[in-house]
Amino acid sequence: MAIYDRVFRATGLEGWCSSGGPSTGPLTMAEMVARANGTQAEGAPAPAVPFLQTPFPSLDTLHASCDAIPRSRDMTEAVEQGFLAIKNPLKVVLDPLTQPLSWMLDWSLEAFQAVPWFIMIPLLVAATWFASRKTGVTIFVALSFLFMAFIDYYDDAISTLSIVFVCTLISVLIGVPIGIAMSRSNLLQRAMIPVLDMLQTLPTFVYLIPLIYLFSVTESKLYGIAIILYAIVPVIRLTDLGIRLVDRDVIEAADAFGMSDRQKLWGVQVPLALPNIMAGINQTIMMSLAMVVIASLVSAPGLGVKVLAGIRNLELGTGLVAGFCIVLLAVLLDRSTKAALSRIDPSDRG
Amino acid sequence: MSDMTGDGIKISIRNLYKIFGKTPELALVHVRAGLGKPELLEAHNHVLGLRDINIDVHEGEITVIMGLSGSGKSTLIRHLNRLIDPTAGEVIVNGEDVLTYGSARLAALRQNTMSMVFQKFALFPHHTVLQNAGMSRRVRGETAAVAETEGRKWLDRVGLGGYEDRYPGQLSGGMQQRVGIARALSSDSEIMLMDEAFSALDPLIRTDMQDLLLELQRELRKTVVFITHDLDEALKLADHLVILKDGAVIQQGEPQDILLNPGDSYIMDFISDINRARVLRVRSVMEKTERPGTGTDGEVEAGQNLESVIALSEGDTNKHYRVMEDGKQVGLLHMRDLVIALVPVEASEARRVA
Repeated sequence: MAIYDRVFRATGLEGWCSSGGPSTGPLTMAEMVARANGTQAEGAPAPAVPFLQTPFPSLDTLHASCDAIPRSRDMTEAVEQGFLAIKNPLKVVLDPLTQPLSWMLDWSLEAFQAVPWFIMIPLLVAATWFASRKTGVTIFVALSFLFMAFIDYYDDAISTLSIVFVCTLISVLIGVPIGIAMSRSNLLQRAMIPVLDMLQTLPTFVYLIPLIYLFSVTESKLYGIAIILYAIVPVIRLTDLGIRLVDRDVIEAADAFGMSDRQKLWGVQVPLALPNIMAGINQTIMMSLAMVVIASLVSAPGLGVKVLAGIRNLELGTGLVAGFCIVLLAVLLDRSTKAALSRIDPSDRG
Repeated sequence: MSDMTGDGIKISIRNLYKIFGKTPELALVHVRAGLGKPELLEAHNHVLGLRDINIDVHEGEITVIMGLSGSGKSTLIRHLNRLIDPTAGEVIVNGEDVLTYGSARLAALRQNTMSMVFQKFALFPHHTVLQNAGMSRRVRGETAAVAETEGRKWLDRVGLGGYEDRYPGQLSGGMQQRVGIARALSSDSEIMLMDEAFSALDPLIRTDMQDLLLELQRELRKTVVFITHDLDEALKLADHLVILKDGAVIQQGEPQDILLNPGDSYIMDFISDINRARVLRVRSVMEKTERPGTGTDGEVEAGQNLESVIALSEGDTNKHYRVMEDGKQVGLLHMRDLVIALVPVEASEARRVA
């Protein structure tokens, strides 16, 4: 006799309970554990439970008294079935939509690797110089790449850089318009903020699970989507914030001189929000770099693979050096984008 | 309505009401029934912004709207170019009610007919001074070359030649407001709205800017609506003065007239502190007559202020002057009248009762 039997008898639900029939689904967690331990034979009477150890009336406990109530495993099974049921229609829609992402990632990876090192490194150093105009940052970038090349981590670093480059580009292309739309509609802002909060707090592994079901692990877009979902949040948030923070007096002046919404957006709001948008892009770069290690679990190439190898095979040295290279990439990307940011800040022209 | 343009009225505000709150139309009924600002706030939780405003702004004049903070003056000026929409009433510009305008005509009105100067300058910090000055031209789709020529011309005119390539953040407050004025002038609009344009400036710079505005006005003859909380500024600039209190007009007219015949005790308090000798002009206190008078001590101009006449008479109250305008005598000035006019009205009432 299970502990909640009396409750069902008292409420007269016995008839409904027995209509459920004997359980046929997968084993419950408790049953699995019990069978594995070999402690309890099936069908043995449950031992008497002291009052202080009364279990919480959870699905499994109630099921013991009433067959009509599903077990916890039935519930997770239902979630799985539900997801599998929408998987195919979802795939039909999402697959073609996200296919360009795979192409971009693959193409960019090939391009970055096809360029020989003696062209690539000067190219990166030159790009840093034109963006930042700071000697210190430029020298740091040059030394970092030479160092990584010297210790044979150049290919991995450049793959990682290629992934970060594509994911940041797409995050900006999608995130800035979303941020602009959010800044213009309080309703949209109220709807988006919980979504952004969720994307930022949801452990990465959790949204990797449905992605693995949806897309093949061999496709690049799988890790692309995982990185973008995680990294797009700051650029959306800071675009929205930046545009909302633009001086109201300036906006009023733009209105008073009869600017159209479009003139106001591109001529006043976006330029004045640019420092904030750039800060968002900087954060997006940092976050996509942080995702590189986790993305390597789902076949993303680059430094993450080496870190993963370090964990899997207990190759302490490989893992640590690869980790150090990621830090190096993070610092040089951060420094050069911040230097570029300080050049475009209009408030500095004071 | 089109007949209104004929008699030199550029903007006509008719029965304008503005109520802030959730259901302004409902609150309007109470206000029309005579509910005051504090009562409306207490009983219905709506703020009465403007109540039954009727003002005619004449072409080529400076109309000054004066009131203390919270009197609704900034709200009122924003109704003219519809940065704020009223709860009820009409705003007629060049014979057309702008409240009937759709977005395209409203944009055209703002681009071509009205320009605005702001208290906090509101320049574009990411544009150079020259780009700011030519902004109004670029907004309405004229070429960069035109914008630059116009911008340069007006920057020179307000005394900022040579600063074209600076950014607004690099200029002082007074210079930034000169850019603001150049920006408004370069749009070549007939009407200029100035919202506390000089209030954020130091007193000395403020005087400079007032002189600049008067000098430009002599030449350009724009229709200016000027908002201020400063009575001295109002009296210096105004052709037509409107005094606003708690969202309603309590007196309007020629400044000299308001000074000599204040409508109520609020205005009396208001004007009690100003230097009347500097503000009042001979025209306002003279006896209007064409008889030459006997034993006059000389001639004064009708537009002279009383301070200069006192200096001329060396303080002698027994003197009489012939008042001249455009070479003709328009009246006689008795120094005794002049001295009485210097006493604020409240005190002079007391004298009359005694």
